[in-house]
Amino acid sequence: MDIDARFLLCPMPVIRLSAAMAKVAIGDRLTVRCTDPGALYDIPAWCRLEGHEILETRTESSGEIVIVVRAGR
Amino acid sequence: MEERKRKAVVLLSGGLDSMLAARLMLDQGIHVEGINFFTGFCVEGHTHAVRLDRRARPVRNNALHSAEQLGIRLHIIEVIEEYKDVVLNPRHGYGAHLNPCLDCKSFMVGHARQWMEEHGFDFIVTGEVLGQRPMSQRRDTLPVVARESGALDRLLRPLCAKLLPPTLPEREGWVDRERLLGLSGRNRKPQIGMAHAYGYEYAQPAGGCCFLTDPNYTKKLRDLWGSRGERRYDFDDIMLLKIGRHLRPRPSFKLIIGREEGENRFLEGYRNRFVHLWTPEHNGPLALLQGAADDADLDLACAIAARFGQGRAAQTVRVAVGEPNGSRHDREVAPLPPHALATDWYL
Ligand code: SF4
Repeated sequence: MDIDARFLLCPMPVIRLSAAMAKVAIGDRLTVRCTDPGALYDIPAWCRLEGHEILETRTESSGEIVIVVRAGR
Repeated sequence: MEERKRKAVVLLSGGLDSMLAARLMLDQGIHVEGINFFTGFCVEGHTHAVRLDRRARPVRNNALHSAEQLGIRLHIIEVIEEYKDVVLNPRHGYGAHLNPCLDCKSFMVGHARQWMEEHGFDFIVTGEVLGQRPMSQRRDTLPVVARESGALDRLLRPLCAKLLPPTLPEREGWVDRERLLGLSGRNRKPQIGMAHAYGYEYAQPAGGCCFLTDPNYTKKLRDLWGSRGERRYDFDDIMLLKIGRHLRPRPSFKLIIGREEGENRFLEGYRNRFVHLWTPEHNGPLALLQGAADDADLDLACAIAARFGQGRAAQTVRVAVGEPNGSRHDREVAPLPPHALATDWYL
C-alpha cells in the first residue's frame, strides 16, 4: 500500500500511516512518501513502539523521503 | 481471585509533566498507554524543521519521544475538525492570545474519556499541576475540566493529587495515594529534579504547547479572519500560517514568501491552490498569493517577490506568475526598493 504524506507536517505522516496500518494484514508492506524531515525520526519511533519493522529509508534527489514498513501487528 | 491489572490512558503532550505523571503510574504497576491529540496548532520540535537552517535542533515529535522513553504505546489522534468549535466558540473565553485553554482541556480529556470507554481502560491521567497555568490549572477550574469532559472522578492528576479530593482510582486502591505528589505553583524545580533522577530528556517549549499562545501566529490568524470577513479556517490555512513571511500590502491580498529552501519546498505543495510567483532568472523564494489581485496589485506583488530574490539590485527582474491550473505568464518589474517595503505590511 502507498501512502502519500507529501507536504504534510508532523505528526500527520504518522497519523496517515497509523490509519493505513489498521487496514492491512501482518506482514504487508506499506510505502510512505513524505517531505517533512521530521518523518525520518517519527515514523521509525512510532514503528518501534507499535512493533512494525522499517525495511528501507531513503531520501530521493527531489528531497522526498521514502520509508518502507512491514506491518508487525 | 487475582485483581486484574488496571489501565490508564495518559494525555501525553510531549512536555515533562505528562511524562512524569505517566511514570508515576508505571511505578505503581498500572498499564499505561499515551494519547496525543493533533489539533493543527500543536508546536512540535520540528514544526520548524521545514526550515533547513533549523535542522541543528532535534527533529522529532516530542510526544513520541516521551512515549519511547517511557516504553509505552502512543495513540496520536487527529481532531482538526472537531477542535474548530473549541477555537471559534470557547465557552470560557481565551487566555492572553487566542488560546482557549480551559475549553481545550475539557475537550481533550473528554476525547480521552471516550477513548477510555471504547478501549476498556479504567481511568485518565494528566500532568496538570495546581496553580501552574493561569487559566486551566486553578483550584476552581480543575473541577470544571473533570465535569465538562464527563471524566468526573476517573480523572487523576498524579503530580498534584494530594492537594485534591481522592479520585476513584485512589479510593478503590488501584493506585496508592501516598505515592502521588502534592506539587503546586509555577516552580519547576521538583519536576526537573525528577527528570534528572529518571534520566529523561524533555522538551521545553517556550510560551506554550500550541501556536494559539503565540502573539505572532495569532496576529496572522486574526488577519486571516479579518480578510475573509468571518472567523473560519481550514487545515491548509493554519499550516501555512506557520511557514514563511506573511505580508499584506493591500487589504485584498497577501503574500506568503518562503524564507529559505525548506520553506520554498513546502510552499511548492500549494502551487495548484494559489497564484504563485518566482524569479526564473535569479535565485529567490517562492511566494504564494492569497486573495484577489488586479493588474496593479500583481505588479506590486511581483516587485515584492523580486525584492526578496538575488536580483534585488538589478534594474528590472523577470517574475513568473503561475496560476493554479499550471498556466504561466511573466512580468518584467523593478524590485521594490527597501524603503517602499512598509513595516506594517508584515503580519
Ligand atoms: S496552550 Fe493550546 S493546547 Fe495547551 S491547553 Fe491552551 S489551547 Fe490547549
